[in-house]
Amino acid sequence: MLQVAQKTDDYLSRFAQLEARLAGDGATFLLPIRKKAIERFAQLGFPTTRQEDWRFTNVAPIARTAFGAATGDGEAVEAQQLATSALMQADWPRLVFVNGYVAPQLSSVGKLPGGARLESLAAVAHADPEALQQHLAGYADYQDHPFTALNTAFMEDGAYVHIPKGVYLEQPIHLVFVSTADAEPVVSHPRNLIVAETGSQATIIESYLGLGDGVYFTNAVTEIVVGENAVIDHYKVGREAQQAYHIGTTQIYQDRSSNASSHAVTIGGALVRNDINTVLDGEGAQCTLNGLYLVSGRQHVDNHLRVEHAKPHCDSREFFKGVLDGHGKAVFTGRIIVRKDAQKTDAKQTNMNLLLSDHAQVDTKPQLEIFANDVKCTHGATIGQIDENAMFYLRSRGLSEPASRSLMVYAFASEAIDRIQPQLLRAQLRQTLFDWLPEGHRLQDAR
Amino acid sequence: MLEIRNLHASVEGHEILKGVNLTVNAGELHSIMGPNGSGKSTLAQVLAGRDTYKVTQGEVLYEGRNLLEMDPDERARAGVFMAFQYPVEIPGVNTAYFLRAALNSIRKHRGLEELDAADFLDWVKDKMKLVDMDERLLNRSINEGFSGGEKKRGEILQMAVLEPKLAIMDETDSGLDIDALKIVARGVNTLRSADRAIIVITHYQRVLDYIVPDFVHVLIDGRIVRSGGKELALELEEKGYAGVEQKNAATEPITS
Ligand SMILES: Nc1ncnc2c1ncn2[C@@H]1O[C@H](COP(=O)(O)OP(=O)(O)OP(=O)(O)O)[C@@H](O)[C@H]1O
Ligand SMILES: [Mg+2]
Repeated sequence: MLQVAQKTDDYLSRFAQLEARLAGDGATFLLPIRKKAIERFAQLGFPTTRQEDWRFTNVAPIARTAFGAATGDGEAVEAQQLATSALMQADWPRLVFVNGYVAPQLSSVGKLPGGARLESLAAVAHADPEALQQHLAGYADYQDHPFTALNTAFMEDGAYVHIPKGVYLEQPIHLVFVSTADAEPVVSHPRNLIVAETGSQATIIESYLGLGDGVYFTNAVTEIVVGENAVIDHYKVGREAQQAYHIGTTQIYQDRSSNASSHAVTIGGALVRNDINTVLDGEGAQCTLNGLYLVSGRQHVDNHLRVEHAKPHCDSREFFKGVLDGHGKAVFTGRIIVRKDAQKTDAKQTNMNLLLSDHAQVDTKPQLEIFANDVKCTHGATIGQIDENAMFYLRSRGLSEPASRSLMVYAFASEAIDRIQPQLLRAQLRQTLFDWLPEGHRLQDAR
Repeated sequence: MLEIRNLHASVEGHEILKGVNLTVNAGELHSIMGPNGSGKSTLAQVLAGRDTYKVTQGEVLYEGRNLLEMDPDERARAGVFMAFQYPVEIPGVNTAYFLRAALNSIRKHRGLEELDAADFLDWVKDKMKLVDMDERLLNRSINEGFSGGEKKRGEILQMAVLEPKLAIMDETDSGLDIDALKIVARGVNTLRSADRAIIVITHYQRVLDYIVPDFVHVLIDGRIVRSGGKELALELEEKGYAGVEQKNAATEPITS
């Protein structure tokens, strides 16, 4: 008999404890959903590479690790430790979570204009569960995605963001998820719900940071509901620690004439999977999914995009770039589904990869499923090396080999960074790129 | 300054340079002329350090050092500059940044202070006037979307900024209209000096009306078949390469 090295049972028994603990808590509507989700997880188990959606990403290291439940240890983190990476200098409204639980002393929300809300999901679930009922767990699919099922079963805290009709938030909202694991492997299940009502506009940044050296697993889900004519710019910056596992889903639902963008920047983590899904469910909706991944050592980064064109006249743009060094591995899957009614769909997908080492590897593929006949769908993927002609040109002017190489990588990656709107975030990521490059410090005044 | 002795070079197993001999002293301007495919660019690229060309025999001394042992960037820092026949477009790399980084790497090597952005701008603005280039090109990516003429003038600009000791211009005159040609020639003539050597590789005699060489060499099939003064260019114009080759097939390496 096949011995499956999976710690599925750990999760099931822990769920029983959670259920007992949460009995009688505010959000009663969630209990049946949690139950369905854990049952589904019990059926599905962890995915294997035999499944199409996980073909190139082996989650066995996650499946066989006995993760303890993370505890919110906000006291252990000092604001100073977060200083630069968490953009603490920005006076943006900020909620900080430590190991999945809100840390009020590190957060600074202030008063948001127009009655907008930025609160801990746990607090809202306790005090005002009706606010969550309409949308929470309504979009992220826990039937087919085992990790989303786990998150749905175990979610406790995260951010609840609500932007009322017509309200424009000028300042980005910053959600910071800090992990502190050193000794015991722990798992957290951050869950965010962002609801932008009709005609509203906001920018949301999710940052994931690892401070410890230990093994941990962040299993995050963010649901974003973009109402009619609303505009949401979403950023997810993954700077997990070296030994971290990160599986995260960004699930976007878009109504008529809405405009959503989601940028996924991945720098850290041993094994990272970003599922980024959007459903264009109203005429004239537009979405832009951008991304950048810098992969080195033995890192594995998988970006799995799914854009569903459900209604006519919607545009989608995907632009992902990756730089791979060492034995780094990246996977990019761009699935575009055009439903029968979604005529006049305009979908464009680009994935470009730059390999800096012979041992780095990329698997990239588009997956188009088109059921309408009047659509425009283009896709392009490239895997290349640094242009030797360009290298020679730079070196022939006196730039050293590493400086030339760094300059070429910088130029390649900049195209993705330039698309990031909040100036402070863009500057921070540019700095991150400099730090990542071998002679990056010499490039710092490049612009 | 430069001594090329019996240089043989090949690419992908094909021998292209078949024993080139050439001596160039400081203060001299040499012109190398030759038909398509004769090996002119190969010679230029070998001197600049392009490793796709394999040197199979011979040696090159630059200021008494073995040039062939030096990396391309080392050569540049030591004062060798080649203007590319086909300048490379490098999307995403800002021209001003690139030029300043190049200049500073060379200045550092020469023991001079590195220039900050403001000082560099002053430095480069003067040079841009020399080649009649729009300052806005500095903020574009290297050669990206430049016209043919802009690319060639860009090479002269780089040369003017970097102040090499040995400049090799690979067909910088090709494809230029007469006004652009005059600008390029003005750039080159301004740089002529007693401590600098210039090699002008060209296809056409026309440029030599504006840049008057001290020596002219004819390169055919990987060998210098004739060398002479500026009047050789006129003879070439008249008789063509075939005529010149027949007249004097065996040539001594010239020393000047
Ligand atoms: N990278 C290369 N790979 C293969 N063959 C090459 C390469 N570079 C040059 N050659 C060949 O070597 C020969 C000489 O080329 P080279 O470019 O040096 O000539 P050239 O004198 O500069 O010609 P042109 O006047 O056209 O610029 C040609 O036959 C050319 O096809
Ligand atoms: Mg040539």
